[in-house]
Amino acid sequence: MVSVESFVIASIIKTAIALFVLLTAVAYSVWLERKVVGHIQNRWGPTRVGPFGLLQPLADGMKFFFKEDITPPHVYKLLYLAAPVIAVTFALTSISVIPIGNWITVAGVRTPLQITDVNIALLIILGITSMGVYGVALAGWSSNSKYSLLGGLRASAQMISYEVSLGLSLIGVLILSGSFSLREIVDAQGGTFWGFIPRWNIFQGQIFAFFIYLMAAFAETNRIPFDLPEAETELVAGYHTEYSSMKFAMFFMAEYANMITVACLASLLFLGGWHGPLFGPPWLQSILPVFWFVLRVFCFLFVYIWIRGTLPRFRYDQLMAFGWKFLLPLAITNLVITGLIVALKS
Amino acid sequence: MLHLVLFLIFGAICVAGAVNLLVQRHPINSALSLIVVMGSLAVEYLLLGAEFVAAVQVIIYAGAIMVLFVFVIMLLNAGKEELTSGSRIALLLGIPGMLVSSVLVAWVLLAHSGTGAVPVGALPGPPKIIGWLLFHDFLLPFEVTSVLILIAIMGAVVLASPPESVQQSKKEG
Repeated sequence: MVSVESFVIASIIKTAIALFVLLTAVAYSVWLERKVVGHIQNRWGPTRVGPFGLLQPLADGMKFFFKEDITPPHVYKLLYLAAPVIAVTFALTSISVIPIGNWITVAGVRTPLQITDVNIALLIILGITSMGVYGVALAGWSSNSKYSLLGGLRASAQMISYEVSLGLSLIGVLILSGSFSLREIVDAQGGTFWGFIPRWNIFQGQIFAFFIYLMAAFAETNRIPFDLPEAETELVAGYHTEYSSMKFAMFFMAEYANMITVACLASLLFLGGWHGPLFGPPWLQSILPVFWFVLRVFCFLFVYIWIRGTLPRFRYDQLMAFGWKFLLPLAITNLVITGLIVALKS
Repeated sequence: MLHLVLFLIFGAICVAGAVNLLVQRHPINSALSLIVVMGSLAVEYLLLGAEFVAAVQVIIYAGAIMVLFVFVIMLLNAGKEELTSGSRIALLLGIPGMLVSSVLVAWVLLAHSGTGAVPVGALPGPPKIIGWLLFHDFLLPFEVTSVLILIAIMGAVVLASPPESVQQSKKEG
């Protein structure tokens, strides 16, 4: 039985660490993106600030702080100020239920590597991400400018459309593991088939679900090829056209934090979470799961950036047709087949 | 104790949001107040031990339906409402009517809960139990509801599609 004080202290420490790690990861995924896209386009990317441009995110952050913070006179002020806060708050909140490893014991307190372990974690994440769209939609509306409004409209239409496929692609995993708790879903993926193929959900017949999730997640996070809400060739910058300085940086942070959440969720649900070969002394064995998890998240982010550097943007009607006429039927088919197989097996 | 305090706080937020929804003149402010109402209702469900219903409340009402509301308001670019003589009469009759009906409801609830309130967590809360109830004990009502929703969807499609004469002229033109 854990006492209340140690629980509160452990929770505060875990929250602080998780926020710090997440914000650093956000900053360095921007660096990673600039580096990788640079190399894809036969350039170097950032090189001047620090070795390999590693201090570039810090320089960018400083720049955001010292830029002039302009509030255009024609905006709807209250919502204009609230929108970036809403976006970044919901983006950072979803990390609270994501587990990154097994239980550990620090100073006599046994605690999971997760801020809190709830039995409806997946539903909470879906709820938080579905609330996140308000940041973008309200930014578009309150800016009182045609480009922003079009960006906000596109964002809300796109998110509603792709949320359906996203949710349906996850249900296959839920049927296989029989739980909403992310920890139990990962635990259900331990072990191997015939000694060498890991029992990740992607190898348990959820490979289509994984690709549906991948595409829907790209659309949910407004990334190329689904970045129509901020299509710079037609909408200047979309919903954040009228934002400057730290308010713009908040939207930027929200986008990358959402990318990281999506990558964490993909690793947990489809790619076996923190399962991987364990070896070496005990201290190494307790750290390795976290390493395997971070490695998966990194690979997923790399794919994200790789696709950004490769694919052109969809046209708007193509985006809607793809979502409703291709992804949704595919997700429903996957759900029905998974359900049938599980029902016949049991 | 903490449960009760939180329950009262979020109940107050919920009522305040609902009143603000009616008072605001601009549709987008009303929609945002409705989101606050939905969100605080979700917290109330959570405090009552119904975590699944709370999560579904956020995902469906606050996350999906209200996004559509906001979307439509943004799309139509609806302006501020004006007070008409009809709305003034509604205001005059509505406030006393609402007070009377809420007092009635409170009186009925207080008079007939003599057997004692249901303790927190006594009703099914975990998703597994709700799923079992929904797909086992209440399978027929569940399926009938789904057919009802299907009929509503088809009705909406019929209402939204342009009349045949327009369609034909489009084909010819």
